[in-house]
Amino acid sequence: MSVPGKAEARATGQRLLAAFRDAGAAEVEADILQPAEVLLDLYGEDIRARAFVTQDPLRGEMMLRPDFTVPVVQMHMANGADPARYCYFGEVFRKQDHRGPRAPEYFQVGYEVFARDDAPAADAEVFALFAGLLAPLSLRAAVGDIGILMAAVGGLNTLSSRKAALLRHLWRPKRFHALLDRFGGKAPVPAARAALLARIAAGTADSDAPLIGLRSPVEITARLAALAEDAAAPPIAADEVALLNALFDLAAPAPEALARLQDLAPEMPAIAPAVAGLARRLDAMAARGVDVAALIFEASHGRSTMEYYDGFVFSFRAADPALPPVASGGRYDALTRVLGRNGGRSIPAVGGVIRPGLVASLEAQQC
Amino acid sequence: MLKLGVPSKGRLMEQTFDWFGARGLTLARTGSDREYAGAVEGCEGVELVLLSAGEIPRELAAGRIHLGVTGSDLVRDRLADWPDQVAELAALGFGHADLILAVPACWVDVETLDDLDATAAAFRRAHGFRLRIATKYHRLVREFLQDQGVADYQLVDSQGATEGTVKNLTAEAIADITSSGETLRANHLKILTGGLIHESQAMLFAARGADWTNGASEVLDRLLPTLGLTRPQGL
Repeated sequence: MSVPGKAEARATGQRLLAAFRDAGAAEVEADILQPAEVLLDLYGEDIRARAFVTQDPLRGEMMLRPDFTVPVVQMHMANGADPARYCYFGEVFRKQDHRGPRAPEYFQVGYEVFARDDAPAADAEVFALFAGLLAPLSLRAAVGDIGILMAAVGGLNTLSSRKAALLRHLWRPKRFHALLDRFGGKAPVPAARAALLARIAAGTADSDAPLIGLRSPVEITARLAALAEDAAAPPIAADEVALLNALFDLAAPAPEALARLQDLAPEMPAIAPAVAGLARRLDAMAARGVDVAALIFEASHGRSTMEYYDGFVFSFRAADPALPPVASGGRYDALTRVLGRNGGRSIPAVGGVIRPGLVASLEAQQC
Repeated sequence: MLKLGVPSKGRLMEQTFDWFGARGLTLARTGSDREYAGAVEGCEGVELVLLSAGEIPRELAAGRIHLGVTGSDLVRDRLADWPDQVAELAALGFGHADLILAVPACWVDVETLDDLDATAAAFRRAHGFRLRIATKYHRLVREFLQDQGVADYQLVDSQGATEGTVKNLTAEAIADITSSGETLRANHLKILTGGLIHESQAMLFAARGADWTNGASEVLDRLLPTLGLTRPQGL
């Protein structure tokens, strides 16, 4: 593949940024050096493996901007009035632990919408804008909806502690399905856990080891009680597990996927509102000229990305599977709640980013 | 000339010398006790470089030495994509140590990685920050926990006396090297079931990126049969 240089990537980024401005977005800037604490608290150790961490003598641990979403949300939460549309353009930095085509430094150009009413319309606005700009590249567009998955898990007929554990690992599919097998009684209880449960039941779980560390005896006792409660609870019914797995595996053209979800909804009433939301979103996309019949809906789309999307998710990919997505984005209502927690504010938000460097090289390939 | 990097002091150096000696290659320190200089007998063209074991991965990656003896844990932790940078020539059968996860023995509710993960979530809710795991093996521990799907933890750096961090309230759990487990027990810690991250031992590595022209490759061809080894693929 021919690799256009930084100048071409920048020019392409400026062109896309202008299109975002024309769509009504206010252009915003973000510092390259971001305080590490907020990002670490949000993403955990995964971000430390992926971001460049450096030390500022006065401000402590800093990260080279791994994305724009967090600083843009912070800026909006601090002084923005909604509804608001923002666009931005600049480099992001991602440490690469493996050799390959992925660069540690590349441009992103992005568009974010903060609006309280009519989420399907805002989702459709962002997607249609991206689809229009990327149309000449004949990319494969895929969409999903994390909100449907969260609703399905929330609707399981089991302990709330099990549902919370599953929801927490929605973005770690391997762990999620191991837990589901455990809660569904499909996987055996590990020997060490079985022995512990036997000790709890016999009242001999106590130890004479000295208490060290911050975790208090109250926390340990509470967890022992939770373990006993979990062991006493019946497994999640096999048909519920089967329905959930069928939902997670769903991948089909969007209209067909919607029909299958609508068929599933009577058996999984918890997903009905989210499925109705998907129907409204697809209608809103069609009204904006998106060919929804050509869209692939993948229920598990976005599950292996970093965990902040909680509704609509989308990506545009080139044919070469080794390449990162040309564009990706989604809805992240919970992120604004987490980042706005000091002020107690939150606002529904949806947005996405394009990699202008990739767009430039794909354009160069075409001519 | 082929440069062979070996640990410069202690038991690791002695056992390395013994391993090569048993195969007809005599390594020795020369000069005074304090001078880091060495000599090799038994194979023309090998130059001995005495280094801290912790620096040998870096020197291999930079290609400043052709061969090096160090712990497999250090190579895996310090070098990204380590199989691209170095080739394993031989496991030397000493320097055995396990990189493990350990938690306070008083955590009677925590036996497995599942428990650690669930405890991390509860700890974060109760204390407002992620459960801290003290270690100096950042890459190995992070990759292991990521692969196992453990969340809500953070790594805090500890370059020594790691077993003491829990009592000192600077960490809730540790990931460290242990051979007998005695230091863990003395510090009221226990090893998690399924928490074995890496079984380490001393190994002889070859640097893929070193300059193998100017005779080094020919020296290797003479050296490998002496040691009873064969040339690894792609070197």
